[in-house]
Amino acid sequence: MSAVQATTAFDTVRTPDPANRPIKIHTASVKVTYGQKEALHGVSIDIPEKAVTAFIGPSGCGKSTFLRCINRMNDTIAGARVEGTIKLDDQDIYDPDLDVVELRARVGMVFQKPNPFPKSIFDNVAYGPRIHGLARSKADLEEIVVTSLQKASLFNEVKDRLSEPGTGLSGGQQQRLCIARAIAVSPEVILMDEPCSALDPIATAKVEELIDELRANFTIVIVTHSMQQAARVSQRTAFFHLGHLIEEGPTDHVFTNPLEQRTQDYITGRFG
Amino acid sequence: MGPLWLLALIAGLSFFGFVLGRWKSVVLSGKGRGTLAARPGYYGAYVLIWTAMPALLILVALSIAKPILIEHTVRANLPEQVLANSTQLSLEVSGVEQVAAGLKLVTPEELENIRIGVVSARSVFAQHGLPLGQDVKPYQLTAAGALNLVSDGLDTAVDAAVVAALAFGLIFAFVRVKPRLRARNLVENTVLVLLIAASSVAILTTIGIVLSLLFQALQFFSMVSPVSFYFGTVWDPRFAAAGSTESGQFGFLPLFWGTLYISFFAMVVAVPVGLFSAVYMAEYATSKVRSVAKPLIEILAGIPTIVYGFFALTTVGPLIRDYIAMPLGLGTSGNNVLTAGLVMGIMIIPYVSSLSDDIITAVPRSLRDGSLALGATRSETMRQVILPAALPGVVGAILLAVSRAIGETMIVVLAAGVAARASLNPFEEMTTITVKIVNQLTGDLEFTSPQTLVAFALGITLFVITLGLNVLALTIVRKYREQYE
Repeated sequence: MSAVQATTAFDTVRTPDPANRPIKIHTASVKVTYGQKEALHGVSIDIPEKAVTAFIGPSGCGKSTFLRCINRMNDTIAGARVEGTIKLDDQDIYDPDLDVVELRARVGMVFQKPNPFPKSIFDNVAYGPRIHGLARSKADLEEIVVTSLQKASLFNEVKDRLSEPGTGLSGGQQQRLCIARAIAVSPEVILMDEPCSALDPIATAKVEELIDELRANFTIVIVTHSMQQAARVSQRTAFFHLGHLIEEGPTDHVFTNPLEQRTQDYITGRFG
Repeated sequence: MGPLWLLALIAGLSFFGFVLGRWKSVVLSGKGRGTLAARPGYYGAYVLIWTAMPALLILVALSIAKPILIEHTVRANLPEQVLANSTQLSLEVSGVEQVAAGLKLVTPEELENIRIGVVSARSVFAQHGLPLGQDVKPYQLTAAGALNLVSDGLDTAVDAAVVAALAFGLIFAFVRVKPRLRARNLVENTVLVLLIAASSVAILTTIGIVLSLLFQALQFFSMVSPVSFYFGTVWDPRFAAAGSTESGQFGFLPLFWGTLYISFFAMVVAVPVGLFSAVYMAEYATSKVRSVAKPLIEILAGIPTIVYGFFALTTVGPLIRDYIAMPLGLGTSGNNVLTAGLVMGIMIIPYVSSLSDDIITAVPRSLRDGSLALGATRSETMRQVILPAALPGVVGAILLAVSRAIGETMIVVLAAGVAARASLNPFEEMTTITVKIVNQLTGDLEFTSPQTLVAFALGITLFVITLGLNVLALTIVRKYREQYE
């Protein structure tokens, strides 16, 4: 492992977590190649439990690619190859013995564009619990759906029309439906890939509020282009640039007192 | 000048007009008479359109009018007793046309000999390589002479009119080329008209086909009542020879049943196989496998149906008879519904699989990702998210395949036979609507007897059925598209 780390071209500047939260995800020298092109050149980061970690950086810096490694969504892309170590609770997620289906039940994901299934609101949320057999009875299932919708602060808006199609909701409601859908399988980690980029400011504010509430129960990793959003919702921030992790540390620290010049330049809007 | 020469002349002068118009616009703008309202090429195209369009329209109009005028001339020159026999009239007219063609070949001396009756026109024509079926009658000779006169006159008139139109168009447009002329708008409008004309061709053809079917079908229904046609259970049209007055029974139901039954077996084969292969191609196959396998499946659609017919007749039919039908004691015929259904099913696999593949691939990737990210397996994702989302489109694809199966003829003739029968036993011979249409329209026939006219009634019924299926399919597919766009 140390040999691999030595080949890393950049040394990441790290500031430790003052709250000293336990580590949920540990990654070391993660490299991703798409065909011939290396998109991520060895990223090592520890993501703390029950906190929001934000990945920021200019487009094409590899932050989304790295996010998709954590629940192995890169497997679905032909020609993508992942090297290095990613451990969830000390378990290597790229272990051949590990069932990727089980991993994705533990690490949920919310995408950039809301993607409700063309089914009813109820069925959208019930989809995960059904395939994983989480509910023993119909009442059980209903309870899971209702609590998930409540946790996603969507229940009050949709309680009278659970049988209507999820695609009929507004963009912000759709995104919260997707969050509810992810919560319904009781994951430990929720990955969010620019969850607010397709939403208007009011819907964004609601989703951000929701993310802050979810932190109590879930480990959240969010990729965002909005530095204000990162500052508002996250406890830790990691800055990516050109496939390297440049700096990571407590959010207030990274934003007010960055140690790296490039971080400083990006945050103050000099590039990106 | 022949029409080809005229076309060449039109093309040449139009090109010349283009060059001329373009040149004039460049010269005018160069002399500082104001900037051009359009690029020089548009002025060229403007002159080109004015040169070619009127001439072409005149050529087309006169070419259409010519046969009508000629037939009129011939009729005017035929004797009363010939005109009285209305059923033979069109034969007489074409006879005269042949004689007229012959008259153009003979030399003046020979013509004189024919006139005074020294030699027969038939033998002279034969010497010039134009064999006739009958001796030439004197009145035919007169009519043919008149025909040639009118025809030659018409040709000269066409030449003159086209040349005049060319000259007028070229000069008119050339004079009008000025910098402020909005040549671009005129060219754009002409293009628009051309585009509309092109799309009308298909629509007008469809309407024409329907009308021609409809008139003949109505003629049939005036002889046989629609009720006994659509609800009759016996198909026995009897012999359809010319002059036969005997009328049989025209029961549509056995044919309809045969069509449905054979199509049913075809779909039983094609839908699962086609759909599963589409799912494999769209979701599981690597791009390498896909790039090889997809064209291979589509080759099935390119095999001529007669070849499928051979395959059914010589291989599948005997196999089914020897190993299934005979041991079960259900039939002894190599021609049976099951064979036709199976082979037709294989033929329409690509219709189902190729369309379904496209539709499945068109389901947004975000839905797949959403499902996979929840920990669903690929097959769960396929069954519970992608197929439901693609279902309307897939149903549309299947309906299109059904209408293809219903219209199929060749495989049925060879594989299921021509016996019209309504039975539940799939090992018996049966036949379909299309086969009977072919049956009724081949051989020595007369287009006034119900035996042949029934083909048109069958045709229009089939047309309505497949049209209905197509409309249904297209509506479903369109609804599906609206969902994601």
